[in-house]
Amino acid sequence: MGDAEDGVRPKRTVFVTVGTTCFDALVRAVDTREVQQELSARGYTDLVIQMGRGTYTPKKSNGEDGSLVVDYFTFSPSIVDYLRSASLVISHAGSGSIFETLRLGKPLIVVVNEDLMDNHQTELAEELAERKHLYCARPQALYKTIADMDVESLLPYVSGDAAPVAKHINRFLGFPDD
Amino acid sequence: MAFGSVVAALTALVLLILIRFLYILRWSGKPLHGKSRRTYSTLIVLGSGGHTAEMLNLLSVLQKDRFTPRFYIAAATDNMSLQKARVMEDSLIDVAGVKVEETAKYLQIYRSREVGQSYVTSVWTTLVATAHALYLMILLRPEVILCNGPGTCIPLCAIAFLFKVLGIRWSSIFYMESIARVKRLSLSGLLLYKLQVADQFFVQWPELQRKYPRAEYVGCLM
Repeated sequence: MGDAEDGVRPKRTVFVTVGTTCFDALVRAVDTREVQQELSARGYTDLVIQMGRGTYTPKKSNGEDGSLVVDYFTFSPSIVDYLRSASLVISHAGSGSIFETLRLGKPLIVVVNEDLMDNHQTELAEELAERKHLYCARPQALYKTIADMDVESLLPYVSGDAAPVAKHINRFLGFPDD
Repeated sequence: MAFGSVVAALTALVLLILIRFLYILRWSGKPLHGKSRRTYSTLIVLGSGGHTAEMLNLLSVLQKDRFTPRFYIAAATDNMSLQKARVMEDSLIDVAGVKVEETAKYLQIYRSREVGQSYVTSVWTTLVATAHALYLMILLRPEVILCNGPGTCIPLCAIAFLFKVLGIRWSSIFYMESIARVKRLSLSGLLLYKLQVADQFFVQWPELQRKYPRAEYVGCLM
């Protein structure tokens, strides 16, 4: 009733996930005023950070001063519910996280962990970004990607199919086609 | 005289192994003819990161009654993969709606090398891992091996190949390179491809098929 209702924006959550890894650079980046202000400016109200095995602990916030509501946790048996209720996902470049998010049709920014040796994760993130299924960003430039992104322009990802492989395997072993 | 017989025997043995080796190379990768069975005992190699998710995704389209019994194997330091496999197996029910018999086995194997481990100590740990792999393979002697990249599959596939040469067991090895590999093969993939150890080698992105023509391009699985 009354004024409390006015100016209350619908809840739009940003979910940050690092999977089972340690990715302090990403957690630090989303803990900066730069990034959080940019997220607020783009209309997001809440920020939930799944920090995995990270050593850097972000600051919680109850958003009283109009800023983002920020919370974090380390692990969860399943992040599906967090993904489902998110309006934007910012994820490390693990293929599991990427495809889980794309299958749910959520806008996704993938941040590659440059501290990993032999970084094969970049290939997948870059390929999918080229095909316009997600945005790719480096931790230091995350705020810029958030500022410039147009999530409506992202193309939906059509799930792959393991049936062709099964067909090859079955044929090789002498089974009749299903 | 005795020396001459020993030399002759050794020469014969080496020739035999060589001929057998060439026979294996000739028939590896060819669909099984005359050796077809109705069921195949199957070793499934799981791995951390996306490997297990991708493998379980592949298993979801394979008819379970053809690939049974199933043996799941993961590195000793991988805490989650075997559990994920267990959950999947427990959820299986057959056509009649009856719970599938619980024949699946879950095993752990020593890693050849942990991430960041020094290469000096890796020599020893690789030997230990290979000995462990030999022990497990003697135990299981699977007819089909499914793997998709974790380093743990290398000792297992090497021993499977050895078993082929020695006539202990003919395993059909299917290697599925991870979806994360778009332009370059993983080290495991490269080894198995170059040494022609896998019977069938699948890649999920077209550029890899161009670079590695003996691979089969099957599109993205996820």
